[in-house]
Amino acid sequence: MKVSPIERGANYVVLVAFALIVLGPIAVIVSLAFGPQSASAAREGGLFHPENFPEAWEIGRFGQYMLNSVIVAVIVVVVAVLASILAGYALGTMKFRGATLMFYVFLLGIMVPTEAFIVPLYFDLRVVGLTNTVWGVAAPQIAMSIAFGTYWMRTYFRTSSRALIDAARLDGAGSMRILWQVLVPIGRPAILTLVLLTFMWTWNEFLIPLVMSPSGSVRTAPLGLAFFQGQYTQGTALLAAGAVMVALPIVLLYVFLQRHFIKGMIEGAVRE
Amino acid sequence: MADGTTTVGRSASRRSARSAWVPWAYLAPALLLYGVFLLFPLVRAAQFSFFEWDGLGASTFVGFDNYVEIIFDERLREAFWHALVLVFFYAVLPLVIGLLLASLLTRAQVRGLGFFRSVIFLPQVIAMVVVAVTWRQIYAPDGPLNGFLRMIGLGALARPWLGDYAFTLPAVGLIGTWVCTGLVTVLLMAGMSRVPRELYEAARLDGSGPVREFFAITLPMVRGEITVALTLTIVAALKTFDLVYVTTSGGPGTSTTVPSYEIYRRAFELGEVGVATAVGVVLTIIVFAINGVVNMIGDRK
Repeated sequence: MKVSPIERGANYVVLVAFALIVLGPIAVIVSLAFGPQSASAAREGGLFHPENFPEAWEIGRFGQYMLNSVIVAVIVVVVAVLASILAGYALGTMKFRGATLMFYVFLLGIMVPTEAFIVPLYFDLRVVGLTNTVWGVAAPQIAMSIAFGTYWMRTYFRTSSRALIDAARLDGAGSMRILWQVLVPIGRPAILTLVLLTFMWTWNEFLIPLVMSPSGSVRTAPLGLAFFQGQYTQGTALLAAGAVMVALPIVLLYVFLQRHFIKGMIEGAVRE
Repeated sequence: MADGTTTVGRSASRRSARSAWVPWAYLAPALLLYGVFLLFPLVRAAQFSFFEWDGLGASTFVGFDNYVEIIFDERLREAFWHALVLVFFYAVLPLVIGLLLASLLTRAQVRGLGFFRSVIFLPQVIAMVVVAVTWRQIYAPDGPLNGFLRMIGLGALARPWLGDYAFTLPAVGLIGTWVCTGLVTVLLMAGMSRVPRELYEAARLDGSGPVREFFAITLPMVRGEITVALTLTIVAALKTFDLVYVTTSGGPGTSTTVPSYEIYRRAFELGEVGVATAVGVVLTIIVFAINGVVNMIGDRK
């Protein structure tokens, strides 16, 4: 469409302005993270301090917290994605009584606010001794991820080729074989998107690990950061370095696989 | 498809009998985990909300008292009011900005749009705690925002943004705007790119300007995307927790407390589990109601 050069020029100004508004705060935290810890440190050691990162890692115990995050995230991703593939396969390719009802039951879980079910769940899991364990932190996130994952995989299986399924069946393949040898291999992009989104949501989750591990024994990276902010109040450089380290794994994944993130969050939101 | 009608002979009936449970076998693991760790606790929440319990001792049945408290407890009323204010910052403001931005960018195909899309979407993937820590630094009394204001001669406006009764809630809300605008814009851009070019060409031949074009063509065509954007962002606003927990802890005073923060505080700090779950139930009902209303309005045409 033809527009005047003035409008085109104005658009570039708007584009750059908004990009700067988004990047500004990120630049602030990154520059704080590399900055001097105090005014005296600035006079003696200059303005560039990459050693903040190992120091924050040490003092803030981010090594341990990140390990907790990785363990929880791997459990949630593996269990939730597997369960979602199986459930999405049933809802997306099989006709049976109650299929529509089941679809709505899972859809409900996408909307339920965490804070509504996490309080009674905490007290019930405390009775069976699952609080302050990796499983207690992972379980509610598995349930939430299954709600979205089933919805996501159902959409994929519904659009997958019917002819392909029928051909495989004529070859004598059972439903298990059709799923794992035909549909899953060609559905790798959809599954990768689900893996990435589930990993991101679990890594970034705050309320569930906060509630499920009151003793702090399964403190994940975001919680470690909040805790660090409360404990370590001298200067902002180390806190900023910690913040950068907590965000970095997901931001790196985003940089390389952003299509999956954007596509997943946009299409995953569009309900029928 | 798994009903076995394509098979012939005596195996047909056997297969259909066997296949009736096949879908349920596939559903079982998901249903079990989802049922035990989400649906069941949700039912328990409704049950808890009729009792007074400190989380340790015996509980007493109190009927609807916990719900009545939501209406009469000033702090809880305030929390819901603050959530409503946050809806403006999380949903309304990003929608207005997003509509303007997306329609400008769709009209003139400028270079670097893909890169721009990736940049403005970035806040969506950063942990909210990191966002909160970052903005706490920006809003600090001697932080970059006040520094900037003093630099451009507006030092009179400088203030401790997160310590001021009047400005803290908008300051927290604007963080939500920063996070949500990219998502809304990317959604709307996707919708607008699907609008057939001919519609605009025809409108232009009729002599309509950009403003008419926007209201007559663009807006009706992205109705669906607006519905989705509003649903996502309103729910995000109502569920705000990390941001408030890390930036203000609900303060100063009660000026930024929100329902989610009250749920956490009452259940785990004050030992008011019944009230906390009642707030959770009300919040869930509000989320579902808003979802319903927004989608109803969105589907009307």
